[in-house]
Amino acid sequence: MVATVGTRTDSTSSAPARSSLRTRRRLGPGRPIRFGPTIGPLLLLTVWTAGSATGLLDERVLSAPWTVVTTTGELIESGRLQANLLTSVQRVALGLGFGVVLGTALALVSGLSRWGEAVIDGPVQIKRAIPALALMPLLILWLGIGEVMKVSTITLGVFVPIYIHTHNGLRGIDSRYVELAETVRLSRRAFIRRVVLPGALPGFLLGMRFAVTTGWLFLVVVEQINSTSGIGYMMELARTYGQTDIIIVGLVLYGLLGLLSDGAVRLIERRALSWRRTLAD
Amino acid sequence: MATHPGGLTTVAPAVRIAELTRSYDDRTILDSLDLEIRAGEFVALLGQSGSGKSTLLRALAGLDGEVAGTGLIDVPGAVSVVFQDSRLLPWLRVHDNVILGLTGPGAAEQGRESLAEVGLAGRERAWPNQLSGGEQQRVALARSLVREPELLLADEPFGALDALTRIRMHALLRSLCDRHRPAVLLVTHDVDEAIVLADRVLVLDGGRIAAEQLIDVDTPRNSADPRFAEIRAHLLGALGVTGEPREPREPRERSRD
Repeated sequence: MVATVGTRTDSTSSAPARSSLRTRRRLGPGRPIRFGPTIGPLLLLTVWTAGSATGLLDERVLSAPWTVVTTTGELIESGRLQANLLTSVQRVALGLGFGVVLGTALALVSGLSRWGEAVIDGPVQIKRAIPALALMPLLILWLGIGEVMKVSTITLGVFVPIYIHTHNGLRGIDSRYVELAETVRLSRRAFIRRVVLPGALPGFLLGMRFAVTTGWLFLVVVEQINSTSGIGYMMELARTYGQTDIIIVGLVLYGLLGLLSDGAVRLIERRALSWRRTLAD
Repeated sequence: MATHPGGLTTVAPAVRIAELTRSYDDRTILDSLDLEIRAGEFVALLGQSGSGKSTLLRALAGLDGEVAGTGLIDVPGAVSVVFQDSRLLPWLRVHDNVILGLTGPGAAEQGRESLAEVGLAGRERAWPNQLSGGEQQRVALARSLVREPELLLADEPFGALDALTRIRMHALLRSLCDRHRPAVLLVTHDVDEAIVLADRVLVLDGGRIAAEQLIDVDTPRNSADPRFAEIRAHLLGALGVTGEPREPREPRERSRD
C-alpha cells in the first residue's frame, strides 16, 4: 500500500485515499458462508460414519450411525420410545410450568415492593448459591422418589433463572416511565399491565431461555435416579446392557428437545418483542 | 412594565402558588416563591440552568414527593405534563401511548382525534421508535391534550429537536393551546421561544421570580419586530446575558435542574 503511494508523482490528498481503497485488507471474518452452521455437524457425522465403516470405531464404544437409525426404528415400533419420550416431556413441561409461575410471581412481588424484596430476594439468592442438585437428598427424603420429587426438582431449578432475570428486567425499567405513569394517573393494575409486565418481558424471556436449558438438565438427573420410565431411564437401562446405540438415541433425543424448546422461546421472543426489532432488522 | 396588571387577577387563577420553598440537601432551590397563572394563560418560565425551573415544574406536577419543602400549591384536577423526552412507552403502539391511562368507551376515538390534531392521522399503529424525534414529541403532545388538561406543564419540550422542527412545533403548540385553552407553564431556556409562545414570561433567579414581562408583540410574532427585540433585550438582561461583561456573580452552587 505504501509502495503504491510512493510511486505516484502527484501528492494530492485524493491519490493516497484512492490507492488505499484498492488495497485495503479486510480484517473481519469475511462474508457468511451458505449453510455454514451445518458444515461442522456434517463433518462430525462423516468422521463417525467413516470410523464405523472402516472398523476403527469399536461397536461397543460407539455404535455405527446406521445401527442407531435401525435401533430408533425398533424402539418406535415397540412403542418404547414414544412412551418414554412422553413421560420425559411431561415432567419437563410440568416443572417448567410451575417454575415459570413461581419465578414470575416472586419476581413481581419482590420487584414491586421493598418489603417483598426484603423477604424474598435473600432466600432466592441463598438458594441460588447452593448447587441445585445438592438439594436432592433432602427432596428425596421429603417427597420420595416418585413423580412429585422429579417435578419439584425441575421446578426448583427452573424458577431461579426466571426469578433472577425477570426481577432484573423489572428493576431495569426506566424510572422516567414510572414518572410518566404517575402523571397520567395510571392505576396500580394498569401500571403493572402497561408498564411493568412489558418492561420486564425482555428479562423474562431471557430467563425463559435459561430455564428451558435448566429444565432438561434437571430432567436428565432425576431420570437417572430410581426411575422406571423416561428417556433417562431408557439410557440408564441401556448402560447396564452395554447398548451404546440406545444411549445415542437418547442423546439425540435430548439434543433435539433442547434445540426445539430453545427455538420455540426464541420465536416467542421475536413475536413478543417486535417493537424492539423494527429498526434493528 | 414588569408588574402584573391588577385588572387581570379578578378571574380566579387556575394555579396559585404561595411561599413555595424547596431544598435539596440544605441548598434552597425555591425560596418562598409566589406565582399565579390564570385559566387559559400561557406562561413561559426562563432561568439559567440550576435556577430551579424544573424544580418548580415538578412541584406543580406533584413529582417531587421526596423533596423537602413547604408552601401552598393549588393546581386544577386535570394536569398534563410534557417532558423534554417524549417518554413514549416503546412497547406500546402510538395510539395506545396516547390513550394510556384513559378509560371509558370514547377513549379510542378521542385518541385518534388527538393524533389527527397533531398531524399524525394514520400513524396509530406505528411503534414509537419508527417515528422521528419531532413526531414522537407530537405524540407526546397528543397524549397530554387528549386528557383535556386545565393545566399543561411543559419542561423544555422542544429542547431536543432541531431548529426547523422546533419552529413547526411552536406553531402547532400555539394553535393547540388556542383551541384547548389550558393554562400553560412552559419551562425553557430559549428566550425567543418564550416570546413567540407566551402571554407572560417569568425569569426565575435565586429561587424567586426575578422579573416578569407581559408579551404585547403583535401576532404572528416576528423576531424582526422592534418590540420583540426590546423585550428580548430586557429578558436577556434579567437573565444576566448582556453584550458587555458583567460583574462576576456570587459563586452559587448549581442545583439539580
